[in-house]
Amino acid sequence: MAKGIWIIIEQSDLAIRKVSLELLSQGRKIADKLGEPLVAVIPGKGVADLAKAVAPYGADKVIVIDDDKLEKYTTGAYTSALNKVIKGGDPRAVLIGNTAIGKDLAPRLAQRLGVGMASDSTGVELGDDGAFTFKRPIYGGKAFADVVLSAAPILATIRPNTFPVAEPDASKQPEVVNESADIDAADLKAIVKDIAIAVSLRPELIEANIIISGGRGMKGPENYVILEECADVIGAAVGASRAAVDAGWRDVKFQVGQTGKTVSPTLYIACGISGAIQHLAGMGSSKVIVAINKDPDANIFTVADYGIVGDLFEIVPLLTEEFKKLVS
Amino acid sequence: MNILVCMKQTFDTEAKIALDASGKIDKTGVNLVINPYDEFAIEEGLRLKEKFGGEVVLLSLGGQSVETSLRTGLAMGADRAVLVNDPALADADECVAADVLAKAVADIPYDIILAGRIAVDDGSAQVSVRLAEALQIPSVSSILKLDVEGETATVTREIDGGTELIEVSLPAVFTAQKGLNEARYPSMAGIMKAKKKEIKPLTLADLGLDVPAAKATVAKYSLPSPRSGGKVIPGEPADAAKELARLLREEAKAL
Repeated sequence: MAKGIWIIIEQSDLAIRKVSLELLSQGRKIADKLGEPLVAVIPGKGVADLAKAVAPYGADKVIVIDDDKLEKYTTGAYTSALNKVIKGGDPRAVLIGNTAIGKDLAPRLAQRLGVGMASDSTGVELGDDGAFTFKRPIYGGKAFADVVLSAAPILATIRPNTFPVAEPDASKQPEVVNESADIDAADLKAIVKDIAIAVSLRPELIEANIIISGGRGMKGPENYVILEECADVIGAAVGASRAAVDAGWRDVKFQVGQTGKTVSPTLYIACGISGAIQHLAGMGSSKVIVAINKDPDANIFTVADYGIVGDLFEIVPLLTEEFKKLVS
Repeated sequence: MNILVCMKQTFDTEAKIALDASGKIDKTGVNLVINPYDEFAIEEGLRLKEKFGGEVVLLSLGGQSVETSLRTGLAMGADRAVLVNDPALADADECVAADVLAKAVADIPYDIILAGRIAVDDGSAQVSVRLAEALQIPSVSSILKLDVEGETATVTREIDGGTELIEVSLPAVFTAQKGLNEARYPSMAGIMKAKKKEIKPLTLADLGLDVPAAKATVAKYSLPSPRSGGKVIPGEPADAAKELARLLREEAKAL
């Protein structure tokens, strides 16, 4: 009988991703409701010490899968290792963060396990019958689908910033178990030759608590520096509208919207963005939206909690100064 | 080099979404297009064909309406198309879709399978990766660059915060991220030629499959609660900026 909630822990350079802690925190609640254990699974190389780092977030057990072949993420090696551990441990549900890795890993794992899966979920409900209902945005956030999964292992990816991270409890001492990766040779057809991480002290767009975005009103790539200065005062990520990306002003990885990233920050500041429907879809679930635009009839004002009608080149630097006063 | 491109017909991204009387997504009057990311996949397939020769085959799953989008892909330059069209697949989940496509692929020669990294309708981004698993070949998601030499592809993949360079043996599945290329528009000559190209319809019976049971079911669709416009802060720019900062901290508690 399948039992337990498993969280696949993602790390980069041995630092645990915030979304993994969010999932442990929410997983604890689901596990308590079921009266079943919460298990953190840590695949990687040299990751044994990370068991201590996840311990305060509520797992009853930590499974460490430490293997040279798991040093860099590849679809095949991670699928092979996790498939075997999941088949052996028979969990009721497995939750994975909807990151670049999670998005790639989870569908392959689901297909190998022969189960359904809910992608990029923003809500989890546990039914009395043991089925899970995942609420997930579709059409880039213009609608939601409630996806029901009942056969174990239930598999889902969860959007970062969906659940809060619980207060760490230093007294927690989970059982730590080492499992071997036992990767099939057939799963080693891809090799990572190089990884290039753009040097940025700003948070990743999908995980950021605050995003400040610029659109067509920025008038050119050179002007984003005023958004970057503001962002660095409040620890924000800098986003862009499709218009700005299509004009070649910003890289596509910064695009927010239905054909870019869908984000749910606490605060979203839209500067010189008119508010096309496909942009609103991508950021409409932000908790607080601010619009700065010189056109009082811009569509963005219909969704903004706070707006300033005016010239962003005048207002953003003033706002940056005000934020400096607040944070100092 | 034979290229198979999996494509899906989706709503135009400008489409407003509403629910119909039965609570499902209302398709009335919506402009149907090739999923934007699949356009990049088709374009990349055509470029590979131009470089190495071979055939570009489009594969899709859906109803009769998909033919117009397949026709557009053929007008871009693809050689032929296969459409799995069976009413029994109306509620297919990602697992079913991948299993059915894998069966359809069995009769199509391929060295590379391309698809968009995500469809802008259900946004689940599962089927292409599942297809690779069903075919027991490797896949790389969200690629920005693809170079092929012999039996090996070197691809740049988008990851959180950067990119990685991956070497993978063929055959393989690749999913296209925006930035991979600029998709071409069909030419007038291409449109004329496409009219004569084959779109082969396939049913589950043709594939020798029974009606598969979905493992994921949608219990309900809903729309986000509409946001309403809030305060427009009046005053001179300096005063408005000061007031906005105050409201964000004290009222919204967002800072």
